[in-house]
Amino acid sequence: MVTISNITKTYNKRTTLAVDDISFTVNEGELFGLIGPDGAGKTSIFRMLTTLLLPDKGTAFVNGFDIVKDYRSIRNCVGYMPGKFSLYQDLTVEENLNFFATVFDTTIKENYDLVKDIYIQIEPFKTRRAGKLSGGMKQKLALCCALIHKPTVLFLDEPTTGVDAVSRKEFWEMLKRLKQQGITILVSTPYMDEAMLCERIALIQTGKILSINTPEIITRQYPENIYAVKSNSMSKLLYNLRESELIDSCNTFGEFHHITFKNDNEFSQSTLLEFLRLNNHQSIVLKPIQPTIEDCFIRLMNK
Amino acid sequence: MILVLPIIQLLVMPLAADYEVKNINISIVDNDHSPLSQQLISKITASGYFRLADYGNSFKNAFKQIETDKSDLILEIPQNFERNLVRENHQKLFIAVNAINGTKANLGGAYLTMIIANFNSDIRLDWTAPQRFNAIPTIQIVSSNWYNTFLNYQIFMVPGILAFLVTMVGAYMCSLNIVKEKEVGTIEQINVTPIKKHHFILGKLIPFWLIGMFVFTIGLFIVGRLIYGIIPLGSIALLYSYLSVYLIALLGFGLLLSTYSETQQQAMSVAFFFMMIFLLMSGLFTSVDSMPEWANIIARINPVTYFIEVMRMLVLKGSSFSDIKNHFLIMIAFAIFFNGWAILNYKKTS
Repeated sequence: MVTISNITKTYNKRTTLAVDDISFTVNEGELFGLIGPDGAGKTSIFRMLTTLLLPDKGTAFVNGFDIVKDYRSIRNCVGYMPGKFSLYQDLTVEENLNFFATVFDTTIKENYDLVKDIYIQIEPFKTRRAGKLSGGMKQKLALCCALIHKPTVLFLDEPTTGVDAVSRKEFWEMLKRLKQQGITILVSTPYMDEAMLCERIALIQTGKILSINTPEIITRQYPENIYAVKSNSMSKLLYNLRESELIDSCNTFGEFHHITFKNDNEFSQSTLLEFLRLNNHQSIVLKPIQPTIEDCFIRLMNK
Repeated sequence: MILVLPIIQLLVMPLAADYEVKNINISIVDNDHSPLSQQLISKITASGYFRLADYGNSFKNAFKQIETDKSDLILEIPQNFERNLVRENHQKLFIAVNAINGTKANLGGAYLTMIIANFNSDIRLDWTAPQRFNAIPTIQIVSSNWYNTFLNYQIFMVPGILAFLVTMVGAYMCSLNIVKEKEVGTIEQINVTPIKKHHFILGKLIPFWLIGMFVFTIGLFIVGRLIYGIIPLGSIALLYSYLSVYLIALLGFGLLLSTYSETQQQAMSVAFFFMMIFLLMSGLFTSVDSMPEWANIIARINPVTYFIEVMRMLVLKGSSFSDIKNHFLIMIAFAIFFNGWAILNYKKTS
């Protein structure tokens, strides 16, 4: 459905490398996630695939169309939702939807089925100007507008950035329903927890792909055993763990610190506990856990 | 806003942009105090152009008036003005002009010279005519003003100012057009749609073209006809067909600016820069022919110049199509040039 091979993009007269020789494939009907921090090159990849940006090197195909030569055909069959809200703020909800339907030479009625689930939620506000909607509502409207021409591939650039937790959850449920209708979806996000909701993900960092696979396989491929540590004094614990010679890596994750050992065995564990007790830590917890996408990402990033 | 503001400007500007100088303050130094000098003074003050600011005996005092900006002109009548004039048949007067305000000084001096010359021929006739009737051959020049019989500035200025207002509405509004979409980000969303470049540009042009036409119509028929009583002599259809070409050219110019600018502020300041040049070098206030050669060239590549010329030719002179054929061709060239450039420069892909 979407094939990218050896795409490179630079800015500022080739001095800033945004996308560095990236290749990957997205299959038909897949929910594919591009996961990476800000500035990783996610938006550049999206803009190239939606024919807004020309690559310096490499080729890419969307729906079998070349992104450089057949840009007209691509524009007819993809839906794009930019990271920044970019509908007409001075038009109402309904007018925006109508406008984009007309632009693609279709009507709201014709493809109402596709957007119905989402549109119903914003319908009570259909006479309100788009600029006056709340963040979550804006995202829903933007998704409606991107869907109104029944695209076969949907590009969503950071759709959940700046949206509250409840709306984010709702949004992902909507994506799952869209996937069931056979639409291929490419979504980018800086939130690692959302990665598990995708079928396959690509972890990217400074324009390079660190890993591509299903989230399960990526976490399973984590080579070492990972442990969560907790005590009554977390900041001192972090300091002690990092100075300890037994520890390979240590990162903070909410109420726990995630650690890996240089030599993972019973002896290391008991030595560490002893070491922590000597440093006046109380109510110490040390337990083995399943690695998360974030653990994988940090590990790949530091390599 | 788009409609009301130009109309207000059209109502106010022609009244203010008036070249006729009235109320020139004059100081008269009368060293003679004779009936003849009194006659001259009353003739000057009765002309309506001058206001007697000071009447005295000393040039020094009169000059102080000029220094304190209370008067613009000094007329000094020498001692024994009447006696010498009668005896020797000629006499000299002295005029000093404050030339800080060039137009006022120039015109004031000219008016005054004219009044004195008039006065001169009057007394000549009074004294010499009975004796030597028709003995001196004199050439009398009579001029008649065509197309604007009473040299009414409003008739001259209103069509020009109207032309310029249409230009402002078109160019400013249009230059903010695409830039606004760039700023808000909506252009991204439009660019991924199948809309073609020229569709997009046309969609941007047509509303402003209509607004331009509408503003012009109000200006010509409501303000021009009802308030200034200006009725175009030439064909209205010809005027409108020229306007439509002109608006396309000008809107193309606005679009071109907006394809190059990234922010509205940038577009606004660039548009302002060009508007000033267009205004001052269009022949609206000063004649293009009397500009230095380099300025003349700039005026010739300024679309506003042609429109103002056509406006005046059609409205005041009643010219026909053959008279403005060249203007038509030039404006079509402008339209193709600006719009072509704008379309080429507006890229959907970077």
